[in-house]
Amino acid sequence: MTVTDAPKIVTSRLGYDDSHTLERYLATGGYEGLRKALSMTPEDVAKEVDAVSLLGRGGAGFPAGRKWSMLRKAPTSYLVVNGDESEPATFKDHLLIERDPHQLVEGVVIACYALQVTTAFIYIRGEFALGLERVTAAVNDAYGHGAIGRDIFGSGFSIDIVVHPGAGAYICGEETALLESLEGKRGFPRIKPPYFPAAIGLYGEPTVVNNVETLSNLPWVLSNGSAAFTALGEGRSTGTRLFALAGHVKNPGVYEVEMVKTTFRDLIYAPVLGGGIPGGRELKAFIPGGASAPWFGPDQVELPLGQDEVGAAGSMLGSGSVVVMDDSTCVVRAAWRITRFFWRESCGQCTPCREGSGWLEKILRRIEDGEGRESDLELLMDISDNLAPGVSWPPQQTTICVLGSSIPSSIASAIRMFRDEFLLHIKDGSCPQGPAPHG
Amino acid sequence: MADPVITSHHAIAPHTEEGATVEMTIDGRAVVAGAGEFLIAAAERAGVFIPRFCYHPRLRSVGMCRMCLVEVSGPRGATLQPACYVAVAEGMEVVTTSDKVKKAQDGVLEMLLVNHPLDCPVCDKGGECPLQDQVLAYGPGESRFLEEKRHWAKPTPISELVLLDRERCIQCGRCVRFANEVAGEAQIDFLGRGDMVEVNVFEGQAFSSYFSGNTVQICPVGALTASPYRFTARPWDLDQVESTCTLCAFGCRAAVQSSANRITRLLGMDSDPVNQSWLCDKGRFASEAVNAENRLTEPLIRRNDILEPASWGEALELVARRLGELRTAKGASAIAVMGGARLSNEDAYAWAKLAKAVIGTDSVDAQMGDGLPAEVVVALPRATIDEACKARCLVVLAGDLREELPVLFLRVRSAAVDDAVPVVELAPQSGSVTGFATASVAYGPGEAAELVRALATGGAVPATVEPAQWSAAAEALHRAGTDGEGIVVILGRPSVAEDGALVADAAAAMAAAWPAARFLLALRRGNVMGAIDMGLAPGLLPGRVSLDDGRSFFEEQWGSVPAGRGRDAAGILEGLADGTMAAVVMVGADPLSDFPDGTLAGDGIAGADFVVAVDGFLSRSAARADVVLPASIVYERSGTTTNIEGRVSRLSQKLVAPGQCWPDWMIASELAARLGGDLGVESMTEIWDEIEKVATSHTGITRAVLESLSARDGIIAPLAASPVTLSRRLSPEPFDPMATPGIESVEAQGAPPRSGGAEPTSGEGAGHTAVSGHGHQAPRPRSLRWPQPVAAPPLPAPDSYSVRLVSGRRLYDDGVLVGATDALAALVAPATVRAHPHDLEKLGVGAGDPVRVRSARGDIVLDAAIDESLPRGVASIDFNLSADGAVGAAALLIDSREAVVDVRLETP
Repeated sequence: MTVTDAPKIVTSRLGYDDSHTLERYLATGGYEGLRKALSMTPEDVAKEVDAVSLLGRGGAGFPAGRKWSMLRKAPTSYLVVNGDESEPATFKDHLLIERDPHQLVEGVVIACYALQVTTAFIYIRGEFALGLERVTAAVNDAYGHGAIGRDIFGSGFSIDIVVHPGAGAYICGEETALLESLEGKRGFPRIKPPYFPAAIGLYGEPTVVNNVETLSNLPWVLSNGSAAFTALGEGRSTGTRLFALAGHVKNPGVYEVEMVKTTFRDLIYAPVLGGGIPGGRELKAFIPGGASAPWFGPDQVELPLGQDEVGAAGSMLGSGSVVVMDDSTCVVRAAWRITRFFWRESCGQCTPCREGSGWLEKILRRIEDGEGRESDLELLMDISDNLAPGVSWPPQQTTICVLGSSIPSSIASAIRMFRDEFLLHIKDGSCPQGPAPHG
Repeated sequence: MADPVITSHHAIAPHTEEGATVEMTIDGRAVVAGAGEFLIAAAERAGVFIPRFCYHPRLRSVGMCRMCLVEVSGPRGATLQPACYVAVAEGMEVVTTSDKVKKAQDGVLEMLLVNHPLDCPVCDKGGECPLQDQVLAYGPGESRFLEEKRHWAKPTPISELVLLDRERCIQCGRCVRFANEVAGEAQIDFLGRGDMVEVNVFEGQAFSSYFSGNTVQICPVGALTASPYRFTARPWDLDQVESTCTLCAFGCRAAVQSSANRITRLLGMDSDPVNQSWLCDKGRFASEAVNAENRLTEPLIRRNDILEPASWGEALELVARRLGELRTAKGASAIAVMGGARLSNEDAYAWAKLAKAVIGTDSVDAQMGDGLPAEVVVALPRATIDEACKARCLVVLAGDLREELPVLFLRVRSAAVDDAVPVVELAPQSGSVTGFATASVAYGPGEAAELVRALATGGAVPATVEPAQWSAAAEALHRAGTDGEGIVVILGRPSVAEDGALVADAAAAMAAAWPAARFLLALRRGNVMGAIDMGLAPGLLPGRVSLDDGRSFFEEQWGSVPAGRGRDAAGILEGLADGTMAAVVMVGADPLSDFPDGTLAGDGIAGADFVVAVDGFLSRSAARADVVLPASIVYERSGTTTNIEGRVSRLSQKLVAPGQCWPDWMIASELAARLGGDLGVESMTEIWDEIEKVATSHTGITRAVLESLSARDGIIAPLAASPVTLSRRLSPEPFDPMATPGIESVEAQGAPPRSGGAEPTSGEGAGHTAVSGHGHQAPRPRSLRWPQPVAAPPLPAPDSYSVRLVSGRRLYDDGVLVGATDALAALVAPATVRAHPHDLEKLGVGAGDPVRVRSARGDIVLDAAIDESLPRGVASIDFNLSADGAVGAAALLIDSREAVVDVRLETP
């Protein structure tokens, strides 16, 4: 078990209590990346970012440089920052938003410069009250500092940044629903095609939507150069990544670790990271990339934290959330709890997700309550198949967006990995772990 | 002026290049489809029905219900794609019947039923429900859902007319899209999340749209039901015909359904050039008035000042005798016929012939002083509705379109909002068009012509007009072309408190400034255009021909025509009041309610020696008649009607008229006989044959043409130079507007190609065309052509103590049909006086306070309402609305002898 001594790229300031202030930011090399960028041509900045294989940190893992290159040339285009981090047990952007908002702002300005976009929107989850306050303060301070606004640092480049709070809907993290929400409409994901906001995005104009962590990497990349970044990690998964570690570990929290060179075992068990499972219990299963991701078992704990490596094993790094379940976990209850989340957060636009999520939730709860029938397992899988035909990974979908096709992940994982436990619920007419709190 | 334009990137309707096609396969069969077409539509034309709920061809595709998932070949192999959203492409391979597709369809249907209450036995939609039908055709036989369904309070009224049952709703969003995209009133929307998502109105707000009934019609389940229809019938018990709504002059095609000789409901038919499947709530629900208890069912004769039942023989004898006596005593010109806009073309022709050939009077007017001079109506170069909606610049000088011709409003709104047609509004007060108009130019009452001349000649900006609006209007007009070639003017009466000749003068100014501009006449009353075409106007004969131009021809056809031009409605009422005229026959006319000058209307009727009313209801005017003759009304008669663009479409009889009601033409024919004449016609069809024979504008529009399939949407008179191809109607296959709600009938879908198999018929419309097949005759007279003289009265100078009155019209007013419809009567607003806040402040009056409004004619007290959009110095009182103690408030103030009406606002 090793933890590499890779530099902290996005969490370097977190040791300071005042890491969110302009003063601290400037004192720790803040806005140097932007100054560097402004000394280069926009094309060179974009090339630099493309060269580092910065995989999107929001969930889909799409390379930022490629996304940028797809931006349709138009008189008006936008950059939108997706800060609507809302998935259960995902809280790594939350940290960056609250603790290092200037880093995000600097990343936004660098991206705008590279893309030659003059208006950016930072869309922040409505529940992040402190985060909203700090990002807003950072934007205001950055205007005062000359890092946003007219003629940034005398470069002649100008942008405006608008901070926009969400209203508490998970679906608004889906980029097209986010754009609808920004436009003042109900957060319904847009039907595809067009597949990419880069062609038709906010207000119908070409738009790049990037995740908070993704953009927070840019100041470092510009300051330290692409070579320093690509020296970290392996293959396409370069640099470091934040992981929100949750569940049955001694030290839950957000960790920045080098990609690929670190394994799930390192993350969960290393004393400086998760510190292992408390109470001497055994690992039963873990979710490698958020509530949408298929689960892994103990035999997959040696997998490296790399996008392609995890993908090849049938799941994803997704939203950067790792949830550890020890052997005291009722998997039926876990699957029900996750499904309940998706049911509550389904936007209700298309039938399979709207109706399927509620139906699945009701069946899972019934099983957990000891009212299940053996045929329910087949039914759960068949309803799942109607949301994500084949129930395979990556999922096919019958729905407009991937929320619907993500719902079966936990259900299918739980049934495939722990069928006996489901049958035990059904046979005994109760949960071996005791009645579930339904709250 | 920014309208909340739909910027939705959901489903940009496919852009179809005219004529371009692609080749593809559907279930292995080669199919040629229009480039850019949605797959679901292409498949349907190829005979492959793909099930659907949210898809509606007149709404944007959203791909929400997922029922239309089919396998479409693509770079990553065949994937499930929504056929309502995917555009066809060259070489596309589509499979609609594979196991994968079936699985998806079964899955969607089973899920749709998870929370659907299955209360079909008590649901209005049962029997015509797309959910029921498609569950039967596609779904799994049984549900595996064991859990508790979602529950909502139900039903909840969301307006006087519409009830919402959220349990039945399948969240297809058709209602939401209709309200937002088509009506432009986002009053119903999705709320909530997950399977607790619901459509609903916003808290504390009603679904107060004039178009709400359309959401009921397009709802694919029973979630939205209409209070008038609710629980009245099962669809399989309904019998229906295809007809035309005549509650306004727009001419919406509608399926009229009845049960046990009562109208149960109307459904909009998809007539592409006209209503495109929509109806307004008045047209849809006021049809109920036909069933009303207060219909006239027997002739009435006034005896001892009381109207008492009489036999037809008695009543007709009395009418003929009195009219004969008065004609002898005071001359034919002392007899007047008012009205005709309620009639079919055939009825109108019969009455015109009775009046002009048998009685011998030219004092005949289908308009109630609220329209435009008849010569102007027939002579102005015309545009169709489609042409108006494709104009390079659309000028609107008319009453509020949403209030007067509601579905025309939908078409114009779509042109402006969806197709970016620049709309220049000229109006004395803001209205429904203002929100999306490129420019909205306010004119002072009576000053439209002056304003048009200044606009056309680049004159100075009038003081009443915002300079930005003025320049925007000038620019939009300029871009349309210097001779006005792209300009279409929607011309009506913005206010009945200004003389119609002033609007005609403005039209003349436009026609002079832009010689290539064309006009769409926004006259609102039923078949007013047909009545004028049939000669129910002073100085006109059938076929849009002047009395003088048509004299020799019609003397030959009819035997005689009046010697000189008669009086219009105002002239008739003045003549009756001052004794120069003696008798009036009101044929579906209610001047006491409809003539702008209520005082004159009252004086006229009171001053007449003899008053006859031919009507379906005992209107305010009919109640003062000496003889009342009961007539059949809408849906109780066949024939034809003519809409604002001159489109002649067929009316179909659905009901037998109650009691002893007669068709109007038959009343005319009987009266003619008793007056010693002979109309020479025995049936509606014979009348049409005669119209085709003698009316220049209707040459070539034979019954065969009207009954052909190509005339489903009606035929515009005069016939275009292009030939009309005839094909046989595909009766007796019943059409089914609910199959794809509001969309084309089975009749149309199953139609054979329109080419071939028939003789082309064409007419040189307005020219000298010999009547074919009737031997040698005098050549037909020319229809009137522009220009026509317009005599605009001079405008009096405003006095500083007065404000100038504007009186527009509301969809729901004190009219007899609305009053006889329970569901709509409750929606009639009380009359108020609206004015700019400054003008009210001067009086120390706030919103809701009583204000005395005094004109030379009378004074009334109304509640004040603040309207910041009105210019200062203008007060607005909507026409034919009442308040406590002021029945038909505006009419009590208007003086039709004055060019404009000045009133004083005072504290009471």
